Amino acid sequence: MTKRFDLGYHLSEGFRGIFTHGFMSFAAVCMIVACLLIMGSFSLVAINLEHNLTKLERDNEFLAYIDETYTEDQARAIQAKLEALPNVATATFITRQEALDNYVDQQGDNELFEGLPPTVLRDRYSIHVNDIEQMEATVRLVEGVEGVANISAALEVAKGFVTVRNMATVIAGILIAILLFVSLFIISNTIRLATFYRRDEIAIMKMCGATNWFIRWPFVFEGILLGLMGALIAFGLQWGVYAVIVKAVAETDGAQLLELLPFQSMALYVLGIFSATGLVIGVGGSLVAIRKFLQV
Amino acid sequence: MIRLIDVQQEYDNGTKALKGVNMRIDDGDFVFLVGPSGSGKSTIIKLITAEIPPSAGRLMVNGYNLNTIRPGQVAYMRRTLGVIFQDFRLIEKKTIKENLTFAMKAVGASPRAIRERIPYVLKLVGLEKKGDRHPNEISGGEQQRVAIARALVNNPSMIIADEPTGNLDPQRSLEIMMLLERINELGTTVLVVTHERELVDRFGKRVIAIENGRVISDETGGYYQHDETI
Repeated sequence: MTKRFDLGYHLSEGFRGIFTHGFMSFAAVCMIVACLLIMGSFSLVAINLEHNLTKLERDNEFLAYIDETYTEDQARAIQAKLEALPNVATATFITRQEALDNYVDQQGDNELFEGLPPTVLRDRYSIHVNDIEQMEATVRLVEGVEGVANISAALEVAKGFVTVRNMATVIAGILIAILLFVSLFIISNTIRLATFYRRDEIAIMKMCGATNWFIRWPFVFEGILLGLMGALIAFGLQWGVYAVIVKAVAETDGAQLLELLPFQSMALYVLGIFSATGLVIGVGGSLVAIRKFLQV
Repeated sequence: MIRLIDVQQEYDNGTKALKGVNMRIDDGDFVFLVGPSGSGKSTIIKLITAEIPPSAGRLMVNGYNLNTIRPGQVAYMRRTLGVIFQDFRLIEKKTIKENLTFAMKAVGASPRAIRERIPYVLKLVGLEKKGDRHPNEISGGEQQRVAIARALVNNPSMIIADEPTGNLDPQRSLEIMMLLERINELGTTVLVVTHERELVDRFGKRVIAIENGRVISDETGGYYQHDETI
């Protein structure tokens, strides 16, 4: 008489459960949406900061000026020492003449600089780092190299990015942990309410010889459905919220420095993470809720 | 087949509900279990249905050793039993057929088995024309018939009826008992827990009397008529 796993029955019972205590189901979905939105927003902030940091690492250089008493050959000889330093990705030598040419090119009125001797500038190295977080330490090391007279580095920008990213990661971690716990609690209570509504049916099923998993499955599916509903709603809202943020950043003076990734490039990742989290919350909450009912 | 050997049951609050009960019910038997309130009848039912484990002694039900049964096996042991309660315990929002379908789905019955079995049991309990009604649309006696049908629908080897006529008038009680007798004649073991002295005496079946946690008599042919103290 024992038959295979009856997916249709368990799914329909799960759906029925959602609507028999609609308000609690609504509250559970809202909590999951809130949890995922906050989690997603912080994650997207962290992803974008990481992206901008990487870009900064790629684009950002600091300049090491060489002692003006050094000849060009002596200055070039320092390159190997610089490139041997930890966290230095590349050290590109720029002669005085090249530096002057670059400078003049950047200015609008070239005539103003005609006849200016290259000796007004120093030979220099443009140095790129591997990890911008270690940039300050690298600057100190470069300063210590014999022949390096001075350094020009935008340490504050790098520090700012790193600080914001680290803060976003910590705050996101704490908030996600709290919200996951709250969501699990709400889902668990929703399913507990469902088991309470159906306690007579559960008692009859057990007396007839239903296995614990047969009784569990509808509640697990109810949790899964609630979790997935929350995930899909959160995904849609996240898309909208992100679009608003991207627009706001584009219109804010100074913020244009930030390069925000298009949502489409992260959509699948976000959907996957949201769905997986929704599933974990839903299934976890259901199993916690039903555990006590099955001890008879 | 049920065997209780020196079974004792002590609850967490210290109440000693059973103090060494020995009992044997063979396949095909019809047995009344009688005794005053608090004598230990309900405890015996709970032990047989594996709702609680025995504190001491040995307990076998339909081939399952309930002293050593694994939690995952309890459901399969219960499929060998059909349980009937005084308060019927039907699902009000389901029709009679749906109540029976629910019981069959609970044990994973196929749609074909459900289609074939339900008309048979409804006819057996005399409700073949009322399958589409809800429990609140039929009488108490008929509701108990539905409960009997539900107990029978998974084809158990034993029916356990816990005060099945407690909520019924004498005429309906007699009908229910006659139905149980008929089910017994078809080969199903029947254990009836009851207070109804007239019914017990009328049917002349085996009667196990329990008092203060002990079996005080086990006779065939009625018990109450011989002892006015119970």
